[in-house]
Amino acid sequence: MSTGNMNLTLKVWRQKNTQDKGKMVDYKVADISPDMSFLEMFDVLNEDLITKGDDPIVFDHDCREGICGMCSMFINGRPHGPKDAVTTCQLHMRSFKDGDTIVVEPWRAKAFPVIKDLTVDRSAFDRVIAAGGFISVNTGNAQDANNLPIPKSQADAAFEAAACIGCGACVATCKNASAMLFVSAKISQLALLPQGQPERYKRVQNMVAQMDAEGFGNCTNTGACEAECPKGISLENIARMNRDYYSAKFISEEEG
Amino acid sequence: MGSITNAFSSSIGKKLIMGITGLFLISFLVVHCFLNSFVFFDKTGVLFNEGAHFMATNWIIRAMEVVLMAGLLLHIVQGARLTFQNQAARPVKYAYNDGNANSKWYSRSMGLLGTLLLIFLIVHLSQFWVVSRFTGIPTIDANGHEDLYAVMKETFSNVWFVVLYVLSMISLGYHLLHGFASTFQTLGWNHKKYTPLIKAIGVGFSIIVPLLFAAMPVWIYLGL
Amino acid sequence: MSAINSNIPEGDVTTKWTKFKSSVALVNPSNKRTLEVIVVGSGLAGASAAATLAEMGYKVKCFCFQDSPRRAHSIAAQGGINAAKNYQNDGDSTYRLFYDTIKGGDYRSREANVYRLAEVSANIIDQCVAQGVPLAREYGGLLDNRSFGGTQVQRTFYAAGQTGQQLLLGAYSALERQIGMGKVEMFTRHEMLEVVKIDGKARGIIARNLITGELERHFGHAVVLGTGGYGNVFYLSTNAMGSNVTAAWKANKQGAFFANPCYTQIHPTCIPVSGDHQSKLTLMSESLRNDGRIWVPKKKDDTRKASEIPEDERDYYLERRYPAFGNLVPRDVASRAAKERCDAGYGVGSSKLAVYLDFKANTERYGRIEASKAGNHHPDKETCMRLGLAVIKEKYGNLFDMYAQITGENPYETPMRIYPAVHYTMGGLWVDYNLMTTVPGLYCAGEANFSDHGANRLGASALMQGLADGYFVLPYTIGQYLSKEISVKAIPTDHPAFAEAEARAKGILDHFINIKGTKSVDHFHKKLGLIMWEKCGMARNAEGLKSAIAEIQQLKKDFWSDVRVPGSADEYNPELEKAGRVADFIELGELMCMDALNREESCGGHFREEHQTEEGEALRDDENFAYVAAWENKGDGTFELHKEELKFENIKIAQRSYK
Repeated sequence: MSTGNMNLTLKVWRQKNTQDKGKMVDYKVADISPDMSFLEMFDVLNEDLITKGDDPIVFDHDCREGICGMCSMFINGRPHGPKDAVTTCQLHMRSFKDGDTIVVEPWRAKAFPVIKDLTVDRSAFDRVIAAGGFISVNTGNAQDANNLPIPKSQADAAFEAAACIGCGACVATCKNASAMLFVSAKISQLALLPQGQPERYKRVQNMVAQMDAEGFGNCTNTGACEAECPKGISLENIARMNRDYYSAKFISEEEG
Repeated sequence: MGSITNAFSSSIGKKLIMGITGLFLISFLVVHCFLNSFVFFDKTGVLFNEGAHFMATNWIIRAMEVVLMAGLLLHIVQGARLTFQNQAARPVKYAYNDGNANSKWYSRSMGLLGTLLLIFLIVHLSQFWVVSRFTGIPTIDANGHEDLYAVMKETFSNVWFVVLYVLSMISLGYHLLHGFASTFQTLGWNHKKYTPLIKAIGVGFSIIVPLLFAAMPVWIYLGL
Repeated sequence: MSAINSNIPEGDVTTKWTKFKSSVALVNPSNKRTLEVIVVGSGLAGASAAATLAEMGYKVKCFCFQDSPRRAHSIAAQGGINAAKNYQNDGDSTYRLFYDTIKGGDYRSREANVYRLAEVSANIIDQCVAQGVPLAREYGGLLDNRSFGGTQVQRTFYAAGQTGQQLLLGAYSALERQIGMGKVEMFTRHEMLEVVKIDGKARGIIARNLITGELERHFGHAVVLGTGGYGNVFYLSTNAMGSNVTAAWKANKQGAFFANPCYTQIHPTCIPVSGDHQSKLTLMSESLRNDGRIWVPKKKDDTRKASEIPEDERDYYLERRYPAFGNLVPRDVASRAAKERCDAGYGVGSSKLAVYLDFKANTERYGRIEASKAGNHHPDKETCMRLGLAVIKEKYGNLFDMYAQITGENPYETPMRIYPAVHYTMGGLWVDYNLMTTVPGLYCAGEANFSDHGANRLGASALMQGLADGYFVLPYTIGQYLSKEISVKAIPTDHPAFAEAEARAKGILDHFINIKGTKSVDHFHKKLGLIMWEKCGMARNAEGLKSAIAEIQQLKKDFWSDVRVPGSADEYNPELEKAGRVADFIELGELMCMDALNREESCGGHFREEHQTEEGEALRDDENFAYVAAWENKGDGTFELHKEELKFENIKIAQRSYK
């Protein structure tokens, strides 16, 4: 069983609602076990706040196994904290030392307004997908799955792009709050597959237009998104999206 | 046509303009650097002035100069617009942001580096370009060409200008270190086999070209 | 006790569904446009149903409590999805999938439903591939399969260890497409708190906007619940933190019977509990049992490291007890076997509540194959291990990383420590063949219903059922009901039934806020979980269940008098949400124990210690318990049992054997 012996200082963003100005508040947590996840450490803090009659800190989380994409804390200046390729829920306290001060903030972007404390509104991502992140096939229209062989390398590449969990760490870390890694991952997944070809050029135009309308910034290729993505989504996807976009706008005869 | 015009106002379109103009400016640097390197080979400046004369009189070059200026202007204006837009995309900043953990400082500082280069360009252009194109160069060399070399010697006898030029070339180096490879990414020219090569060439270019440029004022100041 | 009608169509089991489809009443397109359907939940069942219903032309409203439909917990399913495609040419067929599922469920599921499930399974794969779901492929470009527990064919389709994610994103994209076209109205961060019934029919819901706290009234000609399972009644489970039974439980209170609540699946391969702080458990996919061998030391209380225990001092107990299926026995069997070894003192790790899952033998075997491919026919052991690790990494990389992340140990070097954990609930709202509950117009799909898995679900069948219900079953069967509703105009939400339902929901929320007790919601949830795990978990007995019922009743009193919910009801207040969910879990927990007590036999995930063979295997009582126990909530804390007799006409009912 775990031995809880870490004492930490937390500086946490508190904001009552979208309109509230918000501020950083200091908290102390004691007897933290290195086997705890970062969110379990927050559970301990919240339990303490509730018994003291304070408002617990609100943060998004659900599956706690790194796949739903709901957790979203900006920890010590990095989305999902200091470890590479993990989400906040899979970050464990053994990544910190006794006596550390940890700064925790919500994702910051105009397109991701803060709802409360560390919770932000990421519905912009859903709207980008609704603009074209799909293949238009109604239920019941499919041919036999093996009638469409797809080279393994291509299927694997599509899968790697499809591994995106939509957490928004790319936007959070990008100095421009750009969503291009997220958008390009979906565009790439579908552009790499034969099923995605009929709508390929319409899709890239519509999704990029929606992305711009949501108020995300422009990509300046710093590569921070790729470095911080918990699922290792590659910058190559952005290049592919750019390519498809130029083809759609300048070569294809289809209007976006 | 609607598709094409609205393409340039989109996020990717704006980047495209930055990329194309950037690439164009890179090609200009090659020519500029090549011709100026004459200073290393001829102390009298005759060779250098020959090159300058060619650049000043060849009509293709003169035409390209207009395009260059337009490209430069576009690069600056678009860069500024993008910088402001990108800042607006995050109205509330982080209290603590550890950018170095995931990206290079110069890739995040293109606006700043660009601004430094703009200041340098104003000084540089007023010292040479304005003189050679508009106000006129007072002396001529042994060949009877305008003696731009003399203007250069005069300018770089002042150690502060030498320092300014060297520092500016460091800015240019970092600007290119990100900008070179970034341009290819923006244009979508990404390929598992060639991208590493492009990146390597980018690093080489960003070191060699600014180094040569920076060496010129030092060379002349030291009278080598 | 009264009988309930499961509305199974007449005829041979192999033709029931085809006949149903060709004779079911249809709704013409112009009428569909005026018919409104509410879908609660956006997981595999909910999202696929909402998208398909909208494609067909119905007006759909879809609700989820998460910030996006893409986050539903279906996303966490790792291993795969079954389908009777027989792509491997290993003798698979619709009948065999049907047979495996009935047998795997320990003969406690409804034949007609399971056959239909097996029948549409192949269509699911076709549909998903058409949507661009990147399922794993072989070098020839065709789809790849892996094996799962409880079967002797390879019929599991997968996408690395993220099959659920990829399938859900497929359904999510179909749903977003309909949202983009304005055919589905999506309500995220909304939680359903009441079913609204008018003249005995489900006509809408009360949902709470979780951000503003506002209670909203929504009308629908029919309501579909795809709200998932109730594993979180155990506090610790592989479910997501927000997974809850509230929607199904409120439906139960409005007259929808709750069936077989005691059937809980304890998954054998999960990462063991590391301490009291633990908030959830993480599954290691069943697919790992393809290549991993499970063992414990032969010596009791052996404290040596795994690597120091020689081969002949290891007990591969699954291979020993079940030579035919070995490490691939069904989940209930594997879990109980692990518990048996640990209870007997052979457990490993500091808690002694774990067994080893070891990949060494197969790593070496893969390495040998790789070396041979490269022309090296006599590779040394080191080369084999090196090459083999690369293969293992490609197959299970993300799972191994997850394990390393959580435990701080490197599974490539030492065997994984695993222990069973609550994973899935076979029980749920009772539904007939049409997936309609006992409330007319109220449907239930996916894990939230009880229908297809009997007393134990086979691996890779949950994704299959969720998508079968949502894409291929419900959209047809709901038409039968809606075809009779075409003359019903949308009922304004100022109808007294809406006001009444809203008042009920509001009353409960206000009550929580006003208790102002001393203990947090989690405090009570943990207590409930402990009672359930110890007395209604992997093994149950009459005495334990009786004491559990008494303890839960006491816990309920304590909860309703001493819980502390900070903040107010008109703001974003996750503690308030949790309070509502835990209140429902407490009531459900009691019913689960009642159901377990009632079922005087052992079957699948339900193991009554009083009913076992001499070898410790589950002992069914087909004479007295071959029925579905459907519980009617009488509203005063009591429940009435209704029985649906299970008839096996196509499969000979037999003692399950995996030996």
